[in-house]
Amino acid sequence: MKRNKYQRPVIDLGAERLKTSAMIASIAGADQRTKPAPFGHALIEVAKNRPDIVGLTADLAKYTDLHVFRDAYPDRFYQMGMAEQLLMATAAGMAREGFTPFATTYAVFAARRAYDFICLAIAEEELNVKIVCALPGLTTGYGPSHQATEDVAIFRGLPNMTIIDPCDAHEIEQAVPAIAAHKGPVYMRLLRGNVPLILDEYGYTFELGKAKIIRDGGDVLIISSGFMTMRALETAKALEKDRIKAAVLHVPTIKPLDVETIRREAAKTGRLVVVAENHTIVGGLGEAVAADLLRNGITPNFHQIALPDEFLDAGALPTLHDRYGISTEAMTKRVKQWLSR
Amino acid sequence: MTKAGHNISLADRAFNIRRHALKMGEVQGQGYIAQALGVADVLAVSYFHAMTYRPDDPEWEERDRFLLSIGHYAIALYAALIEAGIIPEDEYITYGGDDSRLPMSGMAAYTPGMEITGGSLGQGLPIAIGVALALKRKKSQSRVYCLFSDGEIDEGSVWEAAMSAGSYGLDNLIAIVDVNNMQADGPSKSILNFEPLVPKFEAFNWHTQRVDGNDIDALVKAFDAAKNATDKKPRIIICDTKMAKGVDFLEARERNHFLRVEADEWAKALEVLEAGRRA
Repeated sequence: MKRNKYQRPVIDLGAERLKTSAMIASIAGADQRTKPAPFGHALIEVAKNRPDIVGLTADLAKYTDLHVFRDAYPDRFYQMGMAEQLLMATAAGMAREGFTPFATTYAVFAARRAYDFICLAIAEEELNVKIVCALPGLTTGYGPSHQATEDVAIFRGLPNMTIIDPCDAHEIEQAVPAIAAHKGPVYMRLLRGNVPLILDEYGYTFELGKAKIIRDGGDVLIISSGFMTMRALETAKALEKDRIKAAVLHVPTIKPLDVETIRREAAKTGRLVVVAENHTIVGGLGEAVAADLLRNGITPNFHQIALPDEFLDAGALPTLHDRYGISTEAMTKRVKQWLSR
Repeated sequence: MTKAGHNISLADRAFNIRRHALKMGEVQGQGYIAQALGVADVLAVSYFHAMTYRPDDPEWEERDRFLLSIGHYAIALYAALIEAGIIPEDEYITYGGDDSRLPMSGMAAYTPGMEITGGSLGQGLPIAIGVALALKRKKSQSRVYCLFSDGEIDEGSVWEAAMSAGSYGLDNLIAIVDVNNMQADGPSKSILNFEPLVPKFEAFNWHTQRVDGNDIDALVKAFDAAKNATDKKPRIIICDTKMAKGVDFLEARERNHFLRVEADEWAKALEVLEAGRRA
């Protein structure tokens, strides 16, 4: 968006003003069930029987829920200071010696600042480092310095890297032991603080590398990852009012992609296929799915719900999610438009 | 100590390392020969005086770890690994060739005795922090040696690592800086003035020494002092070395970061080296 910083905004003292969503803001709605710090609590559970697990952060223990681990295992916690290159290289050095480091920071700092270190010190050597990063995609109102809108695109290009984008607290609790058991480097997008609890209602269980149908429907197939699966489920409910039946295929493992399930579901005739992701439209789940389907001769009516290829605005998350089309309302509207064509 | 050949002098070891490096250089006709010749004495003292390792078991848990951050110095480390008996001597002929275990830039997955993948400069020292912390967790007596260069300290990550090593008091870490005052675009001091190095590292809470890196006796003293020091600080040995040391006509070349040596000059270089040893 073109912005003019010399143009004074209209000030309406009577209007209700939403506040900028802070870094610690929860994406949970006011009436939603939540769980506090699911990553931190899951990690201390796994760490009980895994003395090889250590936790490292770059001055963001509290903001990545690693403070729970720090408080439970102070001697297994390493504060590396505000130095993300050092964080990743130190994790690599410890993994080299047989430990399983969980290294946490914000997704922007891992993907942008520390990339070379993740690439060569960790991924090239297939070291057992788990990189767990808060503020994925558009989950803060602080603007591009903190909005990791292209992290998945960056890490998808990295050989050996497993990429996980969990939906909710239920999934994070199951994903943490799974990535701890997995041999090799993992990048996990983290929802922290009071994290919504949704997938337990659907009897869902996380399996690394598996996409799963959360609900079925014959008109639309929404393929989604991260909290966009929560939005997809809300969208499916909203579409029911118009007797539109939407299926939701949740894809928490973005790399390696569960192409068998995706192809099987996308090949079922007569459904509009929509990929929804909390990520730029460039290089994320949507393009990964599109390329695989096309390579395999599967050509459904295909659309993407994703963030635009832009540096995004600062502000309140509900406003921004609406503005960029990833709120339930915006998503429902667009699916209906695509169906009516 | 598990080392072979205690009766061979460190000077002979350094000579042999230079000879292996020149032979590898000849295979490619060019390369980072000047660095290898310059750092040979440092490697001789590291591998044949300071460090503990088993040539027949490069991953022996109780070995001292040697992390080569400057991947392009691989030719120098291969020469030391050949001299140490970790790489067979006749393998030098594969240097830089397809499917060789001795690629031009050092990588952990390729070569026995190569602990890390270097080459993206600024990574070795921060990785060494992780290894040093891990060894302490394991209550290991092993030390971490990390070799990096004066040009490399332009990289900010070196200073992130320097600050954390001092902060954690990593007394099992011995950093070695090869100060040969030459990097890709010219003399290092003219690229970014990295001096004064001693007060910089002292200010970061390091046990700091600076020595002539081509003086074997001085190096032995410095490595002994680094190992025997009792202060809870990381150690650093700043080594001033001469590019292409031991081969005068290569020393004299003004731009010798990446040397091109004519086919007929290799034999001459070996002759000059040999003559210097006898002198």
